[in-house]
Amino acid sequence: MRLVERNPIASTAIFLPLWILLYAVLQHLADGVVTLTGLLPGERLTEALRFFIYEVPKVFLLLTLVVFVVGIVRSYFSPERTRAMLGGKPLFAGNILASLLGIVTPFCSCSAVPLFIGFVEAGIPLGVTFSFLIAAPMINEVAVVLLFGLFGWKTALLYVGTGLLIAIVSGFVIGKLKVERYVEDWVYAIRSNGTALEESAVSFRDRILFGIDAIKDIVGKVWPYLVVGIGVGAGIHGYVPENFMASIMGKSAWWSVPVAVMIGVPLYSNAAGIIPIVQALLGKGASLGTALAFMMSVIGLSLPETIILRKVLKLPLIFIFVGVVAVGIIIVGYVFNLVY
Amino acid sequence: MNIKVLGPGCMNCKTLERRVKETVDELHIDATIEKVEAYEAIASYGIMRTPGLVIDGKVVAAGFVPPVEKIKEMLLAHRSA
Repeated sequence: MRLVERNPIASTAIFLPLWILLYAVLQHLADGVVTLTGLLPGERLTEALRFFIYEVPKVFLLLTLVVFVVGIVRSYFSPERTRAMLGGKPLFAGNILASLLGIVTPFCSCSAVPLFIGFVEAGIPLGVTFSFLIAAPMINEVAVVLLFGLFGWKTALLYVGTGLLIAIVSGFVIGKLKVERYVEDWVYAIRSNGTALEESAVSFRDRILFGIDAIKDIVGKVWPYLVVGIGVGAGIHGYVPENFMASIMGKSAWWSVPVAVMIGVPLYSNAAGIIPIVQALLGKGASLGTALAFMMSVIGLSLPETIILRKVLKLPLIFIFVGVVAVGIIIVGYVFNLVY
Repeated sequence: MNIKVLGPGCMNCKTLERRVKETVDELHIDATIEKVEAYEAIASYGIMRTPGLVIDGKVVAAGFVPPVEKIKEMLLAHRSA
């Protein structure tokens, strides 16, 4: 690891071809391992094992590469720069820009409060700020990688597109509701003393290092969820009967979308844990709209983040925030159940 | 030297505090290290990401935990200043 950090560019040049090679032969490798176990093809245990042995390394490989690239891309963005770009933008255009920037700006929910204050202090409209705060956690690289790896690029794109739409529209609606009075009063009183960090020059080498740091940080954090999630998914694939979910999460059950969202909002898991399970349920009769709504509500709205935001938002605004986003997710769920 | 670690108590903030303490001890720097956890106080430094590191009233890092080498560099630069 030390060696990699001292020679980040050379290491990247070595690891990238290795990555491609490994990704190309992974299917054969997994099949080979399954054959070695001596289990008969087509049996439940064999297929569950095959799924697990193939999907875990595949998702890990994809995740490592994407997190690395996103880490480099994010080094070109900062909350400070995003704030400057959002200043003085008209409402709807501001919502669109804020949602897009929410995807690429480095953000963690522990920074939600200082970021919120920074935006308010700079005079960014509340609705625009909310667009950012909705898009940032919902559309993240871990979710996109898992959707791409387990569902395919169409679903991944669908998730990003509808996620953006929800962030833009919800922020716009919250902006129109004139909720300024529901922000805690002390937030408006803050005047930073302007000793803000001066940005130092960042070399390309540094950016590669950011990418490597991102791998350590994110992959290091999500891998247990990933293994458990895909493990449970493999179990569902092999052992849960077909159409088991049809009556609960299927299209015919009109109440399935709101119920999925109501369960999803307080439930907190990162994308790595929840997406493999949802993918497995989809094969058992759950409908795409319901599954999508469930994933969005789990990933996009989380109890810990709401509790953190309560420090700067009065209770009515917390409810408006969660309510508007939840309604948006429910509408998306219904639309997809209708279309597909 | 007065060092402040700004952070509401997330993982990274604790890591930074520990790293700064270790580095200060290693370099035998005479410094007081404070942990600032109140959001009002953190925001007054104008940072939008935690953890933040403040040396003698000046923000030197925000949003990530700098590597030990970097912390050493910053501490030594401020001592000679």
